[in-house]
Amino acid sequence: MEVIGYMIHRSEMVQRLFLEHLWLIVVSVGIAILVGVFLGVLISYFKFLASPVLTICQVLMTVPSIAMLGLLLPFFGIGFQTGVIALILYSLLPIVRNTYSGIAEIDQAIIESARGMGMKDYRILFRVKLPLAFPVIMAGIRTATVMVVGIGAIAAYVGAGGLGELIFNGISRTNPPMIITGAIFVSIIAVAFDLLLGWAERAKTIKY
Amino acid sequence: MIKIENLTKHFPGLDRPAVNKLSLEINEGEVCVLVGPSGCGKTTTMKMINRLHEPDEGEVYLNGKRASEMNQIDLRRGIGYVIQEIGLFPHMTIKENIATVPRELGWDRERINKRVRELLDLMGLDPEIYSDRRPAALSGGQRQRVGVARALAADPPVMLMDEPFAAVDPITRARLQNEFLRILDKMDKTIIFVTHDINEAIKMGDKIAVLREGELVQHSTPEELLDAPANEFVAQLVGRNRSIKRLHLIRVEDIIEEDADKYSVAAESGRKEIKDKLSESKVGALMVTDEQGCLLGRVDEQSLKKEGETAGELVDEIHDQVTADSTLNDSLSVMLESGEGYVPVVDEEKGFFRDIITLQDLLQEVRQG
Repeated sequence: MEVIGYMIHRSEMVQRLFLEHLWLIVVSVGIAILVGVFLGVLISYFKFLASPVLTICQVLMTVPSIAMLGLLLPFFGIGFQTGVIALILYSLLPIVRNTYSGIAEIDQAIIESARGMGMKDYRILFRVKLPLAFPVIMAGIRTATVMVVGIGAIAAYVGAGGLGELIFNGISRTNPPMIITGAIFVSIIAVAFDLLLGWAERAKTIKY
Repeated sequence: MIKIENLTKHFPGLDRPAVNKLSLEINEGEVCVLVGPSGCGKTTTMKMINRLHEPDEGEVYLNGKRASEMNQIDLRRGIGYVIQEIGLFPHMTIKENIATVPRELGWDRERINKRVRELLDLMGLDPEIYSDRRPAALSGGQRQRVGVARALAADPPVMLMDEPFAAVDPITRARLQNEFLRILDKMDKTIIFVTHDINEAIKMGDKIAVLREGELVQHSTPEELLDAPANEFVAQLVGRNRSIKRLHLIRVEDIIEEDADKYSVAAESGRKEIKDKLSESKVGALMVTDEQGCLLGRVDEQSLKKEGETAGELVDEIHDQVTADSTLNDSLSVMLESGEGYVPVVDEEKGFFRDIITLQDLLQEVRQG
């Protein structure tokens, strides 16, 4: 009851932080998709780069989020941008790895017949490889997004805004309704993204 | 048309070259079959023609032009390519699959649509039904037809086919082979056909090139290959039963006499006519045909014991038939399977009854050869 009371009482602020959080995720994941798919495609052509790139992404993901933010702070300062960069680094691994393995799993006969017919490499990439790897890439994006929604709450620590503010302030003021409100809305965003991306994954996947 | 000169290809880690100083000339409009055991270099040779592999030494000439100096993409677009795994794009419809090369070439939509319909018709696939399906919704034989249609889309003068019919069951394979030869008859394509199956080679090839360990062992017509194998290896490949192999070379339509009348009765014929004709029939049975001349079934002495007055009422079902473009070997298989000493022959396009072919006919052909 107390929590609902708090939500209604501070609805304007909660709404603002909710949208801030959403924006933080959309921007971070959006950039991570561009960078991640690019890297995944790149290492599918230059196989010797695959192992180092994937290892770096994996190491990045194991850095505790507080430490990551602390390390980025001196370079990027307090604010939104530092939060975005941290979230991009966290979401790279699933996207790069799934792009790479999605392309690697394609039946080689399909690629060979495309080459044999005289399709140019970039056409094979955009017309054959990426569409066929799409479900796998999408699964990676989904994993990354859901994961980053939670980590996004900690980004409030470096002044990136979002629902993390409710949680941090709630802790320092020993205000449980505030903490719970923050946590509930973070979960709502995570579940919503999971459902939405899961639906997109299925809708665009052709059964064969 | 295609001249292969001194072609050599080494793959790293192998002690002998995959293809070793191979020279071969293929005339325009000819089907040249590369045959040999696995690892003999037949596929590698083929892939050096469209430069999926670059040769270490030697050169491929297409109409006198060096393949190595041509733009790789243009070269490949002028060569149809069909592989055993077919490699259809599973995320595209049949129409999009067939339209691949025309689209790369920038044809307008109308021209592409027209060409796709034409090719589906040619392959015996109804465009209304199949255009918008995806490969997964097709049977193995249908997919293989689409694979051939896709390779033919931009009407390339040269086709490379790597075991194109190996992945389907034997009955479908024989049908696809016959269909393909029929389609080919109407076009003027130069074809390099790779197979490990000597029977397929004899059936499909105008010329056969036997390869072994990357080297050419014999290059000759199927007849010469059967009559005069160059060495022990070729003789073994061809096998002992050469006279049976010869049956792959001859088509049913080349030996039948179009005696449809002698061996058939119309559905409305009465008992008397059936009896008269039966006594004349050398196989002790008659085919019953409808007004279009299509097979309804057969009648024999046994059928006459049944109730009924006309052939249409007495008819027994018949399951086995061969098309006129089948080989004698195809008809032999059918006869052995059905246990009858004959099999009716129908027209491959119109479906009407043309004649029967008997075991005696086959024996005679073998004896003559």
